[in-house]
Amino acid sequence: MTEVWITVVAVGVLTIAFKALGPVAIGGRTLPPRLLGPVELLAPALLAALVVTQVFGEERDLVVDARAVGLAAAVVALAARAPILVVVVAAAAATAVARALT
Amino acid sequence: MAPLVLPAAAFGVSFGVLAAAAGMGTLAPIVMSATTFAGAGQFAAASILDEGGAVVAATAAAALLNSRYVPIGISVAPLFHGSRWRRLVEAQLIVDESWAISNRGGGRFDRGLLLGAGLVLYPCWVLSTTVGAVAGDLVGDPERLGLDAAFPALFLALLVPQLRTRLAVAAALGGAAVALALVPLAPAGLPIVAAAVVCLIGLRRA
Repeated sequence: MTEVWITVVAVGVLTIAFKALGPVAIGGRTLPPRLLGPVELLAPALLAALVVTQVFGEERDLVVDARAVGLAAAVVALAARAPILVVVVAAAAATAVARALT
Repeated sequence: MAPLVLPAAAFGVSFGVLAAAAGMGTLAPIVMSATTFAGAGQFAAASILDEGGAVVAATAAAALLNSRYVPIGISVAPLFHGSRWRRLVEAQLIVDESWAISNRGGGRFDRGLLLGAGLVLYPCWVLSTTVGAVAGDLVGDPERLGLDAAFPALFLALLVPQLRTRLAVAAALGGAAVALALVPLAPAGLPIVAAAVVCLIGLRRA
């Protein structure tokens, strides 16, 4: 049990510090114009990385499983300009069905 | 906001169920959601503890994953005013989803959307974790419901509107490629941090 709590406290303290670093150190000041290019590209780079690791990552392996079916359903829903909620529900439902069938 | 709340709640319930099943008990997952408030890192830590991994490995994976909040925090730093303590507290409302929907393009962000979304997501996250941790037996296996696909689908839906320029598309493809390439090679968490470095291709334009 203690191990769990050490992890909870350590991760909590570090994450709070990570989130606060920018706002506390340079809060309120405008960023140098040179940084605006990278800042604009940070979201696409990070979001794409989160999507692929959460869909294809299985610990330290890359796998194609029911989650990929969910991702495909999300892509179809997005292409059909469905609302975000529909996209998310379609992905979960498709994954659940694919998992039930395999 | 509604489109953000449902996936966050699904993810929170999933985290509560899986963390409790991973031997974290009932209280620790809830405290973790209340203090860490960053789902992916929490999942990483819980799953490593579940596999019998060491505290150091679990903490390192979550810390690496969550270190993306350093560049994320810098990107929105101009929006934070007032005393250091106030900035520190408000900064905790930064999560992937609130950050992504507040992005107005051109490296600028909307303070109202960022903090508003964070304020809605935070109680939702803690409450849904509580439901999962306490009533996990009623929920069953979150994977059976496909809930593990809900979050990547949300991230994808948040990603698409960001792809306004060729450079943004290149950053997305580059970030995805770097992360995938590193999954088999690097410890958990590192692929995401490495993908953030891809944003530096934006320096060339300046």
